Formats: sequence, C-alpha cells, structure tokens
Amino acid sequence: MINRRMVMVAAAIVFATFTAPVHAQDKTIVVSSTTSTQDSGLFGYILPLFKQKTGIEVKVVAQGTGQALDTGRRGDADVVFVHAKSAEVKFLAEGEGVKRYPVMYNDFVLIGPKSDPAGIKGMKDVAGAFRTIKEKQAPFISRGDRSGTHLAELALWNKDTGIDIEKEKGSWYKSIGQGMGAALNIAGASNAYVLSDRGTWLSFKNKGDLQILVEGDKRLFNQYGVMLVNPSKHPNVKKDLGQAFIDWLISPEGQKAIAGYKINGEQLFYPNANDNNA
Amino acid sequence: MFYFPTLTETGLNAQSSPDPLAEELRGGDFRPAPQINPGYPMTGDVSALHLVLTGDPGLFAIVRLSLQVSLSAVLFAALVGVPAGALLALTRFPGREVVIVILNALMGLPPVVVGLAIFLLLSRSGPLGSWGLLFTPKAMVIAQTVLVAPIIAALARQTIEDLWAEYRDELAAMDIGPARRVVTLIWDARFSLVTALLAGFGRAAAEVGAIIIVGGNIDGFTRTMTTAIALETSKGDLPLAIGLGMVLIFIVILINALAWGIRHAGERYAG
Amino acid sequence: MSMRAPASDLPLVLAEVRIVDGEVTILDRITLTITAGPPTILIGPNGSGKTTLLRAAMGLVPLTSGRITWGGREATTPGRCAIMFQRSTMLRRTAAANVRYALAAANVPRAKRKERAAELLALVGLGELGDRPARRLSGGEQQRLALARALARDPTVLFLDEPTASLDPYATKAIEDIVRAVSARGVKVVMSTHDLGEAKRLAGDVVLLHRGRLIEAAPAAEFFATPHTGEARKFIAGELLV
Repeated sequence: MINRRMVMVAAAIVFATFTAPVHAQDKTIVVSSTTSTQDSGLFGYILPLFKQKTGIEVKVVAQGTGQALDTGRRGDADVVFVHAKSAEVKFLAEGEGVKRYPVMYNDFVLIGPKSDPAGIKGMKDVAGAFRTIKEKQAPFISRGDRSGTHLAELALWNKDTGIDIEKEKGSWYKSIGQGMGAALNIAGASNAYVLSDRGTWLSFKNKGDLQILVEGDKRLFNQYGVMLVNPSKHPNVKKDLGQAFIDWLISPEGQKAIAGYKINGEQLFYPNANDNNA
Repeated sequence: MFYFPTLTETGLNAQSSPDPLAEELRGGDFRPAPQINPGYPMTGDVSALHLVLTGDPGLFAIVRLSLQVSLSAVLFAALVGVPAGALLALTRFPGREVVIVILNALMGLPPVVVGLAIFLLLSRSGPLGSWGLLFTPKAMVIAQTVLVAPIIAALARQTIEDLWAEYRDELAAMDIGPARRVVTLIWDARFSLVTALLAGFGRAAAEVGAIIIVGGNIDGFTRTMTTAIALETSKGDLPLAIGLGMVLIFIVILINALAWGIRHAGERYAG
Repeated sequence: MSMRAPASDLPLVLAEVRIVDGEVTILDRITLTITAGPPTILIGPNGSGKTTLLRAAMGLVPLTSGRITWGGREATTPGRCAIMFQRSTMLRRTAAANVRYALAAANVPRAKRKERAAELLALVGLGELGDRPARRLSGGEQQRLALARALARDPTVLFLDEPTASLDPYATKAIEDIVRAVSARGVKVVMSTHDLGEAKRLAGDVVLLHRGRLIEAAPAAEFFATPHTGEARKFIAGELLV
C-alpha cells in the first residue's frame, strides 16, 4: 500500500538525519565553566586553537561557579574552570579535584546607570561605594547564584564593608539567581547597580545607559583556576585528555592565546599561571 | 602578592603593569590566532538575516540540530503515545477516568521540571549515569519525548474515543476483533492524529527549559535555536536574539504548512 | 455469488425475547420465527423496537431474558449474518478498500479479495466507482456500498435497518432492486421500514411491532387485505399509533 511505503521512507529520513552528525574523533572532554567566561567569548577564541594543536574537542557547559563545581562533584565533567578560589580550595579539600592551577585573572567592575543616584562614580574604595549604595538604598542587582561573581560580591559586603547583607538587605537589593548577562540586562532596564567581571562587561552588547563607575580597587581582583576532576572518585573522567587541556592552558602557548583575546583592541584576561600565590 | 593592572578613571585603557609575564605577552609579538570556525555566533554585529542569506554554517548547524531533536522526539513520542492513547480510548478498567485526568494534566508538565528530572537520572552520579548521555543531543531527545508523549497520548485518546463512538456499530457488525479495531481506528483517525503530532512538535520546538539543562547548551554540539536565543539574550545581543527567534518561527510555520499539505493531499486521495 | 447458505442457520427463532434498559422495556416478550424464503419486513412506528430487534438478532445487544436460536442452536455465536444500518459509516479509504476490509474481516483469503470486491461492487452497481474515496460517494451510493460490505460476509440472513429512510426515490429503487436480487439468490432478508409502500413492494412476511410488542405477523397479502388486530388496521389506514 502506498501509504505504508511513504511512512517507511519518512521514518528512514528521520533516522538518517538523526544519526548523521557522528563525530569522527572520539577525543572530547567536558569542561564545566562559568557563564561569565562563556559570555565573554573567550572559549570561542581559544578552543579552536587548542583543537588545532591537539585534535581534542572541548565541550563547555557554562553554569554559575557553584553549579559548575557541583557538575564536577557529580562526575559529569572532566575539568572545572571557575573563578572563586575559596570554593575551589574547598573542592580540593573534599577530594573532588586533583590539583588547582591558576590560569588567568581579570577584575570586577562596579557598573551603574549614568545618572548615578548613589553618587559613587570615581570612588577608589569599593567598600565605601557599597556602603553608600546601601545607605542611599539605591537599587542593586545581585547574581544570587553562587557564582564566582556572586561570591565575590558577598565577600565585598560581608568582609570588606562589614555589612551582613543577608540580614540587612532591603527591597533595593534584588537577588535574581541568573547569569551575568541577565544581571546586566536587568540592571540596565531598572537603572540599578551591579557588580560584573570586566570580560562579560566588555563583550556585553546591551549596555544602554550603564557604565563603569568604580574600578581599580585591589579587592576587585578576580582569579581564575582550573582543576582536573578526581578520576579516583569518578572513573569515567578522561584524565589524560583533561590534563592535556590544563597543560595547554598554563603553557606559554596557551597563555599567549588567552592574552591574545581582545575586544575592540582591549584585552580581557591576563594570564598568570606562573604566579604560585594566585 | 599579585599583580593587577591599574586602570584610568574611564577604565578603558590597560596601562603597563609591573608584571613581567604580562609585559612579555602583551604587545602582540605573535601573529593573531586564526579564526577557525570560531563557533556560532562569534561577534554580534551580524544580524540574523545576514547569517541566513550568507548560508552561515553555524546557523544552519543550529537549525538542523533543533529540527533533529524535536522531530525525533515527536516520532518517539508518537510511537509510544498513539497506541497508548488508543488503548486508553478503547478499553475499560477500574480507575480509567483517573488515568485520563492525570494524562490530560501531564500535558502541562513544566519543561524545566522534566529537564531537571532527566538530568538527575542521566548524571554520572545518577541511576542511568553509566549510559553517559548527559550533555548530548540524545539526552535532549529523551527529555523532549517525555514532554511531548502525554500531549500526543491525550489528544490521540480523545480523537480515537470520538471516532470509536462513530464506528462502533459498523465494526461490531463486521465482527472486528480488538487488535484489528485499534489499528483500523488509528489509521482512520490519521489526519486528526497529524494535528496531535503538530501540537507535540510545537511544544518541543518552542521549549528551552528542558534541553538547556540536560544538553548544557554546548557550542557546536547541543546548542539549538531556543538555547542560542537564550544565550544571545544573556549576552545582551537582543537584535540577534530576536532575529533568531523569527527564523525559528518561520521554520515552525514551514513545518505546519508541510503538514497541512500532506493532510490536504491525503484527504483528496482517501476522503 | 454464494450458493444457498447452509440450511442449518435457519430457522432463526426468537423466543420470549425481552430487552429492558433501566425502566424502559424496549422489547417485550417477542416470539418470532424467521424461515427461509422471501423477505420478512418489520414495520411499526418509531420507537417500536424494530431497530433493537434487528440488532438483538445480529448479536449486538444482550438479552435481558429469552432465547435466540439459529437452526436450533443457541445464539452465543450467531449464524452467518450481516447488518446494514440506516446511516452507514464509511471507512476513510476507497470504496473497493471498504469492501476488501469487510472481506478480510470475514476471513476471505487475501488472494481472492480483489476479485470478490469487484464482483460485489458490480452487484450493487458501483463497479465504476471502486477507486473513489468512499466518503465522497453520494448518500445512495454509500448505502449501496454498505450493502456490498454486508454481503461480503456471505450471510445466511441479511438484516437491514431502514436502509432507504434517508434516500431519494431513485436511490431507494436501486437499493430495493438489489434486495430483490439478493433475496432471489437465497439470502434471507429481514428488513425494517417506515414506508408501507416499500413493505408492500418487498414482502414476503410482514411483522408489525408497537411499543416493543409483536402485534401481528402474517404474509403480506393476508396482512394488508385482512388485518386481524385493531393496531394493524389503524396502521394500514395511516393513523398514528401511540
């Protein structure tokens, strides 16, 4: 019957297209990293270079730092590449990672609307700026997602400014639980302040009225580290390929590549694998 | 001790720092890295229309993946859902009404919840971890099949139950047994069932919550139209995101037109 | 067409058949014997139970009490019978495919079906229309197709439930001609109708039903010339039986 044949043909087409993209090589690793790193566009730049050199395809799953480390804990990634040293050290202490390598750094910047309702533009002291924002009850967007940026923001409140933000926040403080791009979108739309990493900020395309208001404070330093997920705990981890990636990142070639990534001529990340204290 | 670039008040020019390594690396004494298929999309000064007109391979790869995932999910969901719906329509058992209510309710399963459930199942530390399916297109197909199957089953049940009321006497008069009855009703209901499949496809093609969780939105591997739109939005490239959205809508309209054409031709042939 | 059906299916005997649905008595102790021969025509007002009687004989409706026997056998499985309804449902396929479907259901081997379908279509005058989608046939043509489907079962007894009620005179004549032809070949026809004229044209035996009870049963000539019951007289005279 014609109709039965047509159904067979259709099924064959679907099956063929579904199985079509079979990756020729099996050399792939999964790297869980952060949305800020992804949104900055760094991976789109350096990963093809790595693949060209080693033939290894890197699949990046981008989440908040907390989520990225959890993905490592579950064994769903081979390598984690995040920017929250305290969380990374804890990861190591739990036996989830093999060794932490510093890779690169950039800085955070305090973004706000041109109108600057809290009047903090140009301040050199980020803690003071935070305190002013709170006193003036100016709207502030927090990532709220246990990301590296979020943890840095919390440290600035709790440690550096001495404000227990969980207790003392008001309706001016909006915790959104999303990535950096979303936070910037919301800050732009509601004329609010937000702490961002410079990389995401530079590559963000919806800046609108927002601009950098405070920068350069030492406490805004943002270090990135990379770790191999512990293969003893998760036997499926591709430890050779993963270590190859780490080795490349900290090699002069990889470090050059990182430094080479620029937007409008401006460098986003500064390699510092040689710095043992990073 | 760390080195930190000091920045001017406007913050746009990186000045030299005391970091010797940075000194060496900056200054561009190496050739700029070649842009080898940088992954889509690299810079956003490109509109979606431009990508379509130049036949950008990145865009077409994303479209192809979206269609593969959603169409496969609809196919598997139909293979499960149509017979299940038909059986439910034609059999009587205690608690049948409850099953129907639950099935109808499952049409409204939140995609993000399904995504989370499948994620926990497929994670390496989950029960099905050894299959290694997390963050692959197959996981996305699984999640969407789970989402779409109740829709197809519920609509199939309704369609076939209505048709059964119409056909009951004739089929009984011809002494048609239960197995043949199911096949006959499914075949005779085929045009209405196509509509059910389209409803399922619409759901699958439009959702992002499930596939972004189980797929990971990996560039060049599990990035579909909807997850790409989510990404571009979060990168602030709203014009590109909207452009991609329109491409997606256009494709969905195309699929619906195709289905209409098939149905039309089929009805002319078979009444 | 078929040879005369095995005599063992007839007579079809309904003995004290009662069918009750809740409060309503649809058939009230019907006792009726149907033997081979010219058509038996059931007449009576709407709601008199004609349709239910046919369906019960066909085995589609369970009895509340009473028995139906085919050639002396209990009717757990009815004899070779087929039924055609007032409005027939066509399957979504061609006319010929509809007939082939019925043949398949009657366990006719696949190799023979195409040929048999063509024969049956020719018998009902649809020989040219085999490839047309069944749903696109006219009302009269669909009823003839339904007749072909019923005959595909090679029945001993053919039940027809007001088959011409919704048809124009031309289509009605076509159906009646087929019924006569089929009856002449030895199939026992049991048919209900609204139309006294049709009863006169086709019967055999006439059975009058009213409110689920069998009022009178007699050969046609006798029934119309000398009705015995008051209801029969009124009905023949065209009065409303309430």
